[in-house]
Amino acid sequence: MKCRRCKAPAIIDIPRHNAAFCAECFTHQCREQVKRAIHEHRMIEPGNRVLVAVSGGKDSLALWDLLHEIGIPADGLYLGLGIGEYSDASGDATRAFATAHGLHLHEVDLREQYGYDIPGAAEATHRAPCGACGLSKRHLFNQVALEHDYDVVATGHNLDDEAAVLLGNVLHWETGYLGRQFPVLPATEGFARKVKPLVRLSEREMAAYCVIRGIDYQVEECPMAAGNRHIGYKEMLNQLETRSPGSKAAFVSGFWSRGHAAFSEESDRQRADLLPCVECGAPTTTGDRCAFCSLRARASEQPVTLRTAR
Amino acid sequence: MIVVLRNPRREVEVPGPMSVSALLTRLEIVPESVLVIRGDTLVTHDARLLDDDHVEIRPVISGGDQ
Repeated sequence: MKCRRCKAPAIIDIPRHNAAFCAECFTHQCREQVKRAIHEHRMIEPGNRVLVAVSGGKDSLALWDLLHEIGIPADGLYLGLGIGEYSDASGDATRAFATAHGLHLHEVDLREQYGYDIPGAAEATHRAPCGACGLSKRHLFNQVALEHDYDVVATGHNLDDEAAVLLGNVLHWETGYLGRQFPVLPATEGFARKVKPLVRLSEREMAAYCVIRGIDYQVEECPMAAGNRHIGYKEMLNQLETRSPGSKAAFVSGFWSRGHAAFSEESDRQRADLLPCVECGAPTTTGDRCAFCSLRARASEQPVTLRTAR
Repeated sequence: MIVVLRNPRREVEVPGPMSVSALLTRLEIVPESVLVIRGDTLVTHDARLLDDDHVEIRPVISGGDQ
């Protein structure tokens, strides 16, 4: 195969674009897709202070690199989840990237600062660890952004993430979640703006971007996420994509252009009715303890031995 | 050729030459779910892999709850 742009030998083919690219033109294509997503959804305005949620995986490190490459300064935030060797390696990859690129990295350690970790939280709540992990991330990314006066929290959610979440939300008709599933969530009282600049790029493209750019990311999958429902949806969607290239992009972009508006009114109304958490002040539906403070209270009561994943 | 697979990490030996597409079909791997890396360079699905190549098939699916 030859590169669609310069006709040099290609190193990656993208069936949904019916195209292949050489390394240089592929990284150019990734930068253009991110610029287009940011412009199309007005994710980041000139002068905005941007905080990137960085996990040490391919998507978040690629996002941090891409923002840097297109001239958008951004600081990073790494959350120590306490998932044994997996978290150790993820933290090392994140710190190494920040140091090599001279970028500022904030770090929050769940165990040190909040008295629990993800394995312990799963144990305490008798729920899947990914639920406690997602809740902790959403709360703390927002909290750190507000504390340090960032205008925008950027996450590495890609096209595959959006397609899998959309499939799950549709299968269960989660109308509230459907109303909030969009590439940008505007800032409201108690919430920083949330943006997803990678929504036009697949996770295969993000892994390829890291290989080409020499970004040393955490390749191993999180041991707590293995076999979860979200990954199952991704596997099914990839089978569909292989048979019919472009299916994932059509599913997601069609929802944003023709489906999302039907659900957004309900979620906007829910957001307007929020009350401050009695402990941390974060917006919550109950006006009592928010979900994060409830999780923290239950998880931090667990004996330390139960919270150790090593 | 030696083919390295991940999650869990293991190696299998597959006789070459064969195309990347044929290798993925033989190993029953969905092309959209992986990158194929020969040595330290990515290769397209039509690339021909030789018997003495060292190949990594790297999964790209990740993530938990949003």
